[in-house]
Amino acid sequence: MTNIEGFISTLETEFDELDPGTLRPETKFTDLDEWSSMHSLIIIALIDTEYGVTITGEDLMSISNVEGLYNIVKSRQTH
Amino acid sequence: MAFFSIQDIAVKGIATAVPSNIVSNWDYDLLTESEKKLLVKTTGVEQRRMALPGMTTSDLCFEAGEKLLKDLDWKKEEIDILIFVSQSADYYLPATSIILQDRLGLPKSCMAFDIGLGCSGYVYGLSVIAGMLKATGLKKGLLMVGDISTVTCSKKDKSTYPLFGDAGTVTALEFEENAQPIQFDLSSDGSGKDAIIIPHGGIRNLASPESFVKEQIAPGIVRSKMELALNGLDVFNFSIKEVPSSLKEFLERTETTPHSYDYFVMHQANKLMNETIRKKMGFPPEKVPYSISKYGNTSSASIPLTIVSELSRKLENSEKKLLLAGFGVGLSWGAVSLNLKNVVCPEILEL
Repeated sequence: MTNIEGFISTLETEFDELDPGTLRPETKFTDLDEWSSMHSLIIIALIDTEYGVTITGEDLMSISNVEGLYNIVKSRQTH
Repeated sequence: MAFFSIQDIAVKGIATAVPSNIVSNWDYDLLTESEKKLLVKTTGVEQRRMALPGMTTSDLCFEAGEKLLKDLDWKKEEIDILIFVSQSADYYLPATSIILQDRLGLPKSCMAFDIGLGCSGYVYGLSVIAGMLKATGLKKGLLMVGDISTVTCSKKDKSTYPLFGDAGTVTALEFEENAQPIQFDLSSDGSGKDAIIIPHGGIRNLASPESFVKEQIAPGIVRSKMELALNGLDVFNFSIKEVPSSLKEFLERTETTPHSYDYFVMHQANKLMNETIRKKMGFPPEKVPYSISKYGNTSSASIPLTIVSELSRKLENSEKKLLLAGFGVGLSWGAVSLNLKNVVCPEILEL
């Protein structure tokens, strides 16, 4: 698992309509202007292929920001 | 594990019919321009075929059937079995397959029945008709598979409306000694029944005035209980987890690898989902055809539609080994490995 900066840059590459630097550890996904339910699918697919971790719809509801997502991925990956 | 192999049955032809009415997702007013771009990028669906009121799945299957019988030069009196797989029947009862028997002019000696499955329906249907032909000694059968899904999607539900298209297909199978075995693996998980459901209109929740009330479920999602409800995230997670793991087991059992197949044709559910499965399975892009940008998710019809739309020229006068995977509503999923040899694939009919 990469550090949070690497994780953010992977996310930003996938959300190609986001300018680099838009996402920060404290950024709430749902606060982004561009946010839509499609992004949930993109996040789930990305994390599955890149990190081999399953993120559910409930996970996405429960996390508050980018750092929260990073922590879930990190904790599940080490198991 | 419902893993099995059926010998001596060959697929002889596949035909498809779609409505001529084209609907483009670029014209879908409920979405902003950037949402439309994101929708097309993620789901892959640019345009779809939508039946006009009054057109049924069996109308599409009927025309495809007439065309295929003619191109195969099969006599109607030779057809012993007709199976119709769909979740959009003509009537509550009788079964649509029986109506098709009469309409196609098939003999009364032809057995006909329906199977109610969606995304996995083509794979399941192939297993039932091949199994029947093999077990009974009947010679020729028609598998008619398709759905009109657009009538049961709310136009004001952005989570379903832009995804689905309509299509009807027919696959002709024949008893043929020493045909390459067809291998199947079929699964089901009813605990996921709510992930894709039309809640009212069956016996559990009889249609009542309340069934037709349009409710706002979330912003951009307004529908009644007679219309399709889709939990996209649940379906997505099921598909990228369960499907590749079942398929990997299938490859092990059949002692095959992605190299063993010429093509891997998936149910056309969602481009991002299907691409995730493709990558996890290690299939190169050139072996995995898509028709979803032109036709959307056509439910049970999507696998044969993709074969006809994307592979018909490559299948002419040759033998190709295909891996097919259907997955979705039920939840229900299945894989089949089969050889298509000199298969007749007429051009897609537009009605």
